[in-house]
Formats: sequence, structure tokens, C-alpha cells
Amino acid sequence: MTADPGETGAGTAGAGTAADLTAAPEGAAAVVPPELLAQSLRQYLRAWWLRVRSGNSGVLPVVLAMALVAVVFQIVTPEHAFLRPSNLVYIFGLSTVYMVLAMAETVVLLIAEVDLSVGAVALFGGVVAFKFVQQPGSAWPWWAAIIVALLACAAVGAVQGTLVARLKIPSFVVSLGGFLLFSGILIIVLGGADGFVNVSASVPNQRVIYYLVQGRITPVAGWVALAVVVGVVGTVLWLRAAARRRQGLAAPPAGLTVIRIALVALVGVAVVLICNVNRGTSLVTVEGVPWVIPIVLAVLGAWTLVLQRTRFGRYVYAIGGNPEAARRAGVSLAGIRTWAFALCSATAGLGGILLGSFFYGEYSTNTQDPGQLVLYAIAAAVIGGVSLFGGRGKAIHGVLGGLLIGGIAYGVSLLNLGSLSTPLQYILPGAVLLVAVGVDVLSRRGTGGSHSV
Amino acid sequence: MTEVNEAPKGASSGGDGVDGSEPLLKLRGIDKHFGPVQALYGVNLDLPAGQVTGLCGDNGAGKSVLTSCIAGARQPDHGQIYFDGRPVHIRSTRDAAALGIETVYQDLALADNLDIVQNMFLGRELLSHGLLNEDSMELQAGETLSTLHVTTVRSIRQPVASLSGGQRQAVAVARAVMWNSKLVLLDEPTAALGVVQTQQVLELIVRLRDRGLAVMVISHNLNDVFEVADRIAVLYLGRMVAEGSAADFDRQSVVEYMTTGSSSGRPFEPAGSAGGEG
Repeated sequence: MTADPGETGAGTAGAGTAADLTAAPEGAAAVVPPELLAQSLRQYLRAWWLRVRSGNSGVLPVVLAMALVAVVFQIVTPEHAFLRPSNLVYIFGLSTVYMVLAMAETVVLLIAEVDLSVGAVALFGGVVAFKFVQQPGSAWPWWAAIIVALLACAAVGAVQGTLVARLKIPSFVVSLGGFLLFSGILIIVLGGADGFVNVSASVPNQRVIYYLVQGRITPVAGWVALAVVVGVVGTVLWLRAAARRRQGLAAPPAGLTVIRIALVALVGVAVVLICNVNRGTSLVTVEGVPWVIPIVLAVLGAWTLVLQRTRFGRYVYAIGGNPEAARRAGVSLAGIRTWAFALCSATAGLGGILLGSFFYGEYSTNTQDPGQLVLYAIAAAVIGGVSLFGGRGKAIHGVLGGLLIGGIAYGVSLLNLGSLSTPLQYILPGAVLLVAVGVDVLSRRGTGGSHSV
Repeated sequence: MTEVNEAPKGASSGGDGVDGSEPLLKLRGIDKHFGPVQALYGVNLDLPAGQVTGLCGDNGAGKSVLTSCIAGARQPDHGQIYFDGRPVHIRSTRDAAALGIETVYQDLALADNLDIVQNMFLGRELLSHGLLNEDSMELQAGETLSTLHVTTVRSIRQPVASLSGGQRQAVAVARAVMWNSKLVLLDEPTAALGVVQTQQVLELIVRLRDRGLAVMVISHNLNDVFEVADRIAVLYLGRMVAEGSAADFDRQSVVEYMTTGSSSGRPFEPAGSAGGEG
């Protein structure tokens, strides 16, 4: 039984609140014949709408908000410049650090904690990587420098996580301490309040890090890569649905799978098309997909895999939902919490490296504000749909929220508002954040009421 | 009889009184104290397979402590636990699970944000190639739920938050019986439920018994106890003051045992033993 969501169990009349879950009792519709496709699509839409109403609205609100922001800024920016390909690519680069930090923050928010140190740790990681690839000093290969930086950040996160998980110090306090501590350490590592560190595009070993964000693949390679990605994603989606159908489990109707694959392809084609437009000047041709897009997609894929398909991920959600239930099920709360903080900090370190690359390989204490970074990161995660109360949210929410924040920040800077520009870059994301948190709280209250036995 | 503890000893020495076979779980002389406070005094209890035992007692009588000793959450100071006739030491919930003892706590210990399958496999996920094997888990969970006739949920992929109280209880029970468990302890399974849902949970308990499981139901609600219990055990201030076939009790006597430790001024005597009730 219960194989198909369209199936209501026979018998046992009046199961209380089963009423709010019932669609038409389709009876034994275990296997959906193709001619009933429209009907099962409707069922899926209905199930999806129920999820939206129960607070698991997924990516819908943030996608709508992004569309709204795009339309509004397109109208109000001078020369309607907001949606120019060059601007869109720039927005992605600008948003990279918010997206990656928001994904980092997501795992900590999922266990109902908060990490205020992601900004400072990100900058710390970036500076460590930048220092290690160059003379004087060790001049490690670029990949070794990145690994060292990520490990250093993971160690920082593990220490903070241990303080939270074993000594039961509130994560707010621990990570606030970490934030201040590493903001200070950052200045020391940079060599004083005016210090800076940069990598150069002309040194082969530093080149890779320099180009992490700005580097591009050729337009043709972009199409090839897209074809590979769509092919792999499509095959996986299709095979998984087929396997579920073969085992008699509820599977999305074939039509829906096709629509999903088509959507992925459509978004991919749009991205590659936009990126392949020459966004340079009349003198220099700049075209092609920037490296940062596949990098962010790889981080997104890794985090999605970890959170949705591993035991660790399952336990992260369980701890966020009901730590006592997780403990009784034999989950090591302290272990999972510590790992969550360590992985959060390591991901933040990667974000820091990408940030330095976005700013043409230069780090300085003047240009980077760890406080603003962490607030944007948390805001991005929450705006994207990650619950502040734990247990709800996905890596994709961090990515979309980061894009929205970056889009707003850049849109405001395009507006020629003079002295209003800077305050608006705080006010607008702040307002969006409050709306997002309000929705989060209200939806949680909604579900909280329905099952209180 | 001067010592209240004599009674259950007498009862057990004559077999468990129903089919004469060895009970699945036997507690003998279980003592437990917390600092100066003695919570259990030499408690004896039999939990035979294929029968529902109702454990009654007022607040503070020691029901929870006794349950946690069986569930492995606490260890008794003295006494012996026999499982399938063998003496065992249950040092952790893992030990208990290895023996086939599962506990459904009053708060159900479900994660609201996880779906039914995820909750049923929490802590015991099936893996393939290091990743979660969702399909196998979903199949097994669906199978277990259907053998228990839990048919009111629309999809086992819906989050537990969207379930009714009775459905949540059913999920918690299904999780407990999915692991070839032999003994299921249910702590106040109907405390938070309405009439219809209580009925469904009681039917579920009967189905567990019919599958040959030993079931212990801890409950305040004597209506529920008398409806499903084959045997009744009453704790009073840490002592087992009465234990026997449900037919030996009526509501009045259980209340008296719960509140005074004796009935009509006399300690419990099982119907089968010499002397009888009168």
C-alpha cells in the first residue's frame, strides 16, 4: 500500500486529519498508465501545492522574488542595463561568495545552530591560500595551497563545533567569538591594517587561483559541457524514476521527468547563451562561460549529495527536526554537530578563495568586511528558503538566495543614487530578509498547529 | 502472606499461567535506586510472547524506571533479566535492540521534518555504495505498514508533521516492529489521542500480539488496559503488588492496588494458587 500518493488506503474510516491529505480517492492506481498522464500530473501539482501550503514551499518564493527583482531593476536602471549579458555574468561573479557562504551556513542552520564566523573564516581561508601559492615563502602548487586553506578552515570549524557540541556553549556566542578572533587574526596575517596580499595572473602557479572566477571556457567548450551536464542529469533522473516504477514505488509520471530534464536544459542553454555573448569592449573580446559557474555547480552538487543522500545528511536533518529523537535512534549528536561546523567552515574557506579571485586576485583589509559577508550569507540562506529553526532547507536554497542578494546589491549600485546607494545595499536585503524570516515563522506556525495532537 | 513480593513469585513458579511455556522476558528481583531514593524493590515481571501485558501504577510508582531498565536506557542495581530463558545484561538501547526489544516512547521520538520512511529507518538507514538506498527503505517501510494495516496515510513520503496523532503513533509502532522485534514496550500509547484514534492504536496492539510479539503497554487508562491486556501487572511505590491474568482483576481492584498496594485490605493472590481470591 501507500506506493502511490494517489492511493488512499481502504478501510479504517475517518482517520482524523487524513482529510487534509486526501485528494480524490483514486483507489488502486498503483501503476499509472500513460493515458492518465494529465491526471497524475495534476496529482503531482496538487501534492506540490500541499507541500507549499505546509511550509515546504521549496524554491518557489525565491525564484519569484528573483523574477521580480529582475523586472523591477530592468525597468528602473538607466538604459535598462540590468539584464545585459555582461551585467548578468558580473552578478553571478559578485554573488559567488554569497552563494558559497550561504551553502556553508545552510548546514549549520539545518542543525538549528548559527555560525557567525563564516565571513571571517572565509577571508582567513582566502588569505591562507593566497599566501601559500607565492614567494617569499613556500610557493606551494595552487591545489595544495587550496587544500591547506580548506583544512585550516575545517580545523577552525571543528574547534568551534566542539565547543558548541561538547561544552554546550550556544553557537551564537562561540561563532561570535570566532568572528572577532579571526577578524583580528586576518589583519595580522595580512601584515597590518593596510596590508594586502595578491596573486598575479602572470605567474603560472598563481594563475589558476587568479582565474577561478574570471577565467572562461571557450563558447564551443561551453556548449559541449552543457550537453554533457544535461545528458548526465537527464540520464540520472530518468533511470531513477524508471527504477522506482519498476519496484512499484511512487514515481513521477514520465511526462514530469521529461519536463524536469527540459527545464534543466532550458536553464543551461540560457546560461550558456548569455555567457557566450561578447561582453568585452570593441577592442577585447570577452565571451564564454566563466569558470565560476561550473565551480559553484560542483559545490552545489557536492552539498546536495551530502545532505540528501548520505547518512550524515540524514542525521543533520534529524537533529534539526528533533534532536532527542535522533539521540534515541543512536545518532551521535556531538559528532554530527562538530562535523557540520567543520564542513561549514571548509566551504566558507572556498568561498573566501573565490572572493579573492573575484577581486582580481587581491585581498586587503580595507575592501573586505567579514561582518557584512556573514550577514549577507545568513540572509541569503534564509531568503532562499532555509529555516532558521533547523531541519528545513537545501543547498540550492543558499545558491538562489545568494543570487538574489547579489542581484539586489548590484542593481542598487547601478542606479546612480549617489549617497543613497550604500545605505540601500543594506536596507533592501534587510527588508527582504525580514520578509523571508516572517514567511518562515508563519509557515512553521501553520504546520505546528496542524499536528499538535 | 506478609510480604507483598511473595505473590508474583508464587505466580511465576507455577508457570505464566496461560500456556505453561517460559515467558519471553523474565525480571527477577530488580532493584534500582537513585541516590538515597529506592525506585524499585525486588520487582518480578513476566512478559510472555503473544500476550499483551498492561503495566499499571500511579505517578511515581516506578513504571518508567522499570521500562527503561528493560529498554536498556538504565541498568538495574540488582536482579536478573532473562530473555528467552537465558540470563542477559541489557546495558544500552543497542543491546536491547539486538535482543529484539523496542520501545515506543510517549513522545514518539519522531522528527517532524522527516518523512515516514526516513523516520522508520532513522539510525538504521540502508546503504548502497555508501549512499542512502531510498528505494529499498521505502519498500520495506511500506511492507511493514501494510502488514500492520496502517492504511490511512496517503503517502509514506509525506513528512510526519502532516500526520494525525494516531497516524504518528502507528508510525512509531511500525518503526518498533520492523526490526524482527520480539518485545515491544509502549509508553502511554493512547494518552494524547481522541476516541477514534485510540481505537485504531488498540487494534494495532492486538495485531502485534496476533503476530506473536510480546507487548507491554504502560498506561494510566484502565479502559485501554482492560480492552487489550491479557495480563496485568501493578506497581505501587516501586513494588510489584499484583501480577496475573487480566481475568483476575476488575477495574475496582486495579485502582485499589494502584493507590493502596492491596485490594480489600489483602495483597494480590493469583486465581490459580492455593487459597484463591476469597
